[in-house]
Amino acid sequence: MSAVTELPPATPTAPGGRSGPAAANKARFSTAWLWSTPPILLLAAAFLYPLYLVVKQAIEGSPPDPANPFKVTTSFSDTLKDPGTRTVVKNTIEMAVYSTAGCLVLGFLLALIIAFVPFPGARAVSRFVDVFLSFPSFLITVSIMFLYGRVGMVNHIASSLTGGKHDTPIDFIEYSPWGIWLAELIYFTPFVMRPLLTAFSQLDSGQLEVAASLGARPGRVIRQVILPEALPALFAGGSLVLMLTMNEYGIVSFTGAKYQTLPVLIENFAKEQTNYAGACALAVINVVLSLALFAGYRVLLARMSGGRRAAVHA
Amino acid sequence: MLLYTRRAQRIAWAVFGFFFLLLFVLPFGILVLAAFTRQWNGAFPSSYTFSNITAAFHKDPLDGLETSLITAFVSSVIALAVGTWAALALDAMRNRGGKALIQTVFMLPIAVPSVVVGLALLVAFSQGPVLLNGTSTIVVMAHCILVTAYAFQQLSAAITRLDPAYEQAAASLGARPYYSLLRVKLPLLLPALTGSLALCFALSMGELGATAMVYTSHWTTLPLRIYALDDRGHQFVAAAVTAVMMTITLAVLLAISKIRTRANFR
Repeated sequence: MSAVTELPPATPTAPGGRSGPAAANKARFSTAWLWSTPPILLLAAAFLYPLYLVVKQAIEGSPPDPANPFKVTTSFSDTLKDPGTRTVVKNTIEMAVYSTAGCLVLGFLLALIIAFVPFPGARAVSRFVDVFLSFPSFLITVSIMFLYGRVGMVNHIASSLTGGKHDTPIDFIEYSPWGIWLAELIYFTPFVMRPLLTAFSQLDSGQLEVAASLGARPGRVIRQVILPEALPALFAGGSLVLMLTMNEYGIVSFTGAKYQTLPVLIENFAKEQTNYAGACALAVINVVLSLALFAGYRVLLARMSGGRRAAVHA
Repeated sequence: MLLYTRRAQRIAWAVFGFFFLLLFVLPFGILVLAAFTRQWNGAFPSSYTFSNITAAFHKDPLDGLETSLITAFVSSVIALAVGTWAALALDAMRNRGGKALIQTVFMLPIAVPSVVVGLALLVAFSQGPVLLNGTSTIVVMAHCILVTAYAFQQLSAAITRLDPAYEQAAASLGARPYYSLLRVKLPLLLPALTGSLALCFALSMGELGATAMVYTSHWTTLPLRIYALDDRGHQFVAAAVTAVMMTITLAVLLAISKIRTRANFR
């Protein structure tokens, strides 16, 4: 990210001019490493080591135990070969990509209007977005069920409009992935809006007025002034949502078992089937997928922003 | 200001209003409506009651609320400290490999599903020298790990957007790195700091996946209790407990927003 937004590295300033640039550089080098060590060590002990144990258990599997004939036996390749696993992997990727795309478009649009087409109450709306983040995600599903579910509000209204011919004119929440998509769109769009609003608040609005007074139309102001400034925040929000949708548990588990994704299956393996080796194997698959998608997104965005920057400088 | 004609502004507001009402206000409103519902057989509830709300203040949900608040406060303060530290270390680091190391390590908890964070803690701390399975520590630890990544991400995005001229000006006037960090950089980062504190707190309050893996009966957070209520068919009580939880979270977020500066909002 820093490669996109940072200026070329400034020559190190030697405070007071007591030491030469080389010495200052070296001192800076070692203090930087010294400062980085404590947070990394902390996270390594609390998280990286446990994660290593998950990978270890996934590879070792759980071999049969002669003393306990009822023990679940699983190996990594068993889990990989299972056609059920493949369907679930496909579901997980599709849902994450489509949800993220929706959230980016909607989040950018809404944040843009809050920040740059101000209206009375925009402040309250921004607060509302903050509060929305505190929703436990599965409650969006519950609330959507009250609204669009088989016995929900919209179905009652629609069925009374059609004279009661169809009991459930709208039937997508319980039986198709669209219910999950809608819930994820609603729940994760604020995650795109929050960093965008922060970025917009730091943008000097004089720039927009200058651009407009020079004759730039709103579309061009958005493309050439706002978007380049918003890219780090858009990147932050987009990568966050891509990860979160890949890894979402509450929303999917609540809609029912028709459409399963990896996190739901992991919880099911570990808690209900006590198949820890299988859960660890699925966990490894899920993490590898998340990282691969994230890397792809990073490359795509670096290429996009690189091109835009070149166009601005030309 | 982006649009200057009255008509264009109105169109923008209409678009905003449509999406905002349909996607955000309506589900929220339905939940509040459900919180006061006794029976719901038609398009609208057929009879209303306050008993769901009073039930939300009885022993079980109240315990959950206390647990959630303590967990969220402790984990978001720790996360903000560690996340800011890591983001500043990333900024100071000139070595490319070092930068990549910090970024990878602190982004990893986002790449890893929260369910897997819970699974990893279970696998690591159910055996061996440190036994944490069944304690409140393991729940707080799971929350810390998850929200630290968000604090780090928000702070490092804000730091890359900082104008380096301020720090260079401070240095050229003879300010030591420590002094310019304390008097120049951190004040400039205050909006990002309070913003990510709010985000961490809110996320921790609503966390479900990791907590579902590591919770114990004496340290069960509110979302898990709501989940259980809903699962047992008490949808309206679940909605009421959520409404109460949202109100309290709102109060905390409001308190945090009081420390915001002018720079934070336009």
